Amino acid sequence: MPDLLNEIVHKYNYWLYIILMMIGLYAMISKNNLIKKLVGMNIFQTAIILFFISIGYKEDATIPIIVSGHGGDAAHQAIQAANYINPLPHVLMLTAIVVSVATLGVALALVVMIYQRYQTLEEDEIRMRVKQL
Amino acid sequence: MNANYPALIVLSPLLAAFLVAALDWVDRRWCYPVALIGLGGAVYSSGHLFFQVMRSGTIAYQLGGWPPPMGIELRIDFLNVLLLILVSLVALVNMVASKKSIHQEMPIKEGTFCTIYLLFVTGLLGVLVTGDLFNLYVLLEITSLASYALLAMGNPDRAPLASLNYVYLGVIGASFYLLGVGYLYIMTGSLNMLDVASLLPQISGSTAVSVAFIFCLVGVWIKMGLFPLHTWLPNAYSYAPVAANRVIAPLMTKVMVYVMIRLMLTVFGFHYVFEQLDVQNWIVGLGSVAIIAGALMALAQTDLKKMLAYIIVCEIGYMVGGAWVGNVQGMVGAVLHIINDGLMTFALFLVLGNIVYVQGKTKISELDGIFASMPWTMAGFVLAGLSIIGVPPTCGFFSKWYLLLGGIQAGAWFFVIALVFSSLISAILVFRVVETAFFSSAQEVHGHHGGHAGHVAILQEAPITMLASLGIVGIGLIAVGIWSGSIVQQVILPFVQQGMS
Repeated sequence: MPDLLNEIVHKYNYWLYIILMMIGLYAMISKNNLIKKLVGMNIFQTAIILFFISIGYKEDATIPIIVSGHGGDAAHQAIQAANYINPLPHVLMLTAIVVSVATLGVALALVVMIYQRYQTLEEDEIRMRVKQL
Repeated sequence: MNANYPALIVLSPLLAAFLVAALDWVDRRWCYPVALIGLGGAVYSSGHLFFQVMRSGTIAYQLGGWPPPMGIELRIDFLNVLLLILVSLVALVNMVASKKSIHQEMPIKEGTFCTIYLLFVTGLLGVLVTGDLFNLYVLLEITSLASYALLAMGNPDRAPLASLNYVYLGVIGASFYLLGVGYLYIMTGSLNMLDVASLLPQISGSTAVSVAFIFCLVGVWIKMGLFPLHTWLPNAYSYAPVAANRVIAPLMTKVMVYVMIRLMLTVFGFHYVFEQLDVQNWIVGLGSVAIIAGALMALAQTDLKKMLAYIIVCEIGYMVGGAWVGNVQGMVGAVLHIINDGLMTFALFLVLGNIVYVQGKTKISELDGIFASMPWTMAGFVLAGLSIIGVPPTCGFFSKWYLLLGGIQAGAWFFVIALVFSSLISAILVFRVVETAFFSSAQEVHGHHGGHAGHVAILQEAPITMLASLGIVGIGLIAVGIWSGSIVQQVILPFVQQGMS
């Protein structure tokens, strides 16, 4: 039991992202309202973004900017990678955020089209109307 | 200039997309020709790349001059050069065929349609050329976003809802893939496919690597519509505008199969996938179930569009099963079937497009005696149908042959039975349509009673552009079949043998 607790405390970021992801997935599966489903979808995507952000983090590290950049003696000193957090996952997530915003935009546009056609956002009502067509 | 074709093949449709979006405001008549030029540029570049690869092997192109582990690398080898030709040619031929259908189905949206269409093609070509795992994710999402939009432009009652369901599943699929890439990045610290491949053997016992592989695999499966994960596919494909359908249905799923094979052979490697994971029997079983389920569901359909959508579900099972039987024959069959199935389904959807354009109806029972009014289109249907069944001169036979050989060699009897069974079902599917189209019972009755004797004889064919496109693809079906021996020997086999050694 202490082992498990230790595992959870030390890797809490992974547990957190899994919980968030499952909340999103649950909303996508079980909610009846189309907008709520989209919110679930966005939580799902955000969980993965948080996961990526957390893997770049290091304890006692700072942002990856070398203070004495050009010239000076300090520039010739060896740069310790352990002193700086890993910026690459963060940069990747900028792109992933753009992708998720675009997806949400397209999905919202589709919801608008559905709403204009059926005057409702409840999925069961829409399915009922579709059957009557 | 000569060395930049790997980048140009993606840039050409991308720049054309921007230009078309701008021209839509200025003069709508320019949109279509510019789109054609953009797609033509991609075809031209893919031809150059093909000869370059055949002459001097794999091309590694460093985007912006940054060397591989840091920068993005575009890699073109024997596998993706074939698909580049397929994708760019299908996209161009479909654009030629679509001129009239766009005008019929969405007259004021020509510019919008062309823009999204070009972005879709850009994404597909990008997925094919890239040698970077994260880059692949982004381009996959560009492709998917464009396809959501294109599919939603169809029937206003059903298409948006079907497309929204596709969005939900597509997002889950892409997110799973991204998670898998995240795990790989944690373990290796790299995103370049070859770099990851060189680092993986040292840590291949790790659970995190297996999780990464399974996440990537399931994500790609959702996107390709493998049987239990296919639920978004039939509705999304059958309510879409036919001009969009014709390019998305043949290409999207095939490119996803390509991504799966690329992950299996280039990134994770034969040794890891087949000897260490030991899941191939399950996945071949899954592929066989997909084949049988797809075939049976296709048989249950009364609408031609839905039937074709389920044929795609069935064909995906062929490729997944073939790729996973774990021998050279099966893998060659899977790669060859990507090409052949791309052409076959494209031909079938072109036929569908012609019928929709002229008749406006797709129920199989309503296609009574359609052969009399649309002989050329139905001739194309028969040819594509024979290829789906796997009759020798057409290309479908050869890939099925390799798949069967692979299945027999691996002792995957369930897969072999599924292949034979689905060929029989395809024969029923094709001849059911042919029977209604050729021998209309209603007309005979009318004819005998001297009633509407003349009304079936009116020739009412699709426009020449659509027929010419269908003709080109029909010739392609036979040409690929005849030359499949040299395609396999010179292009597919070198790649597969290198990947599976």
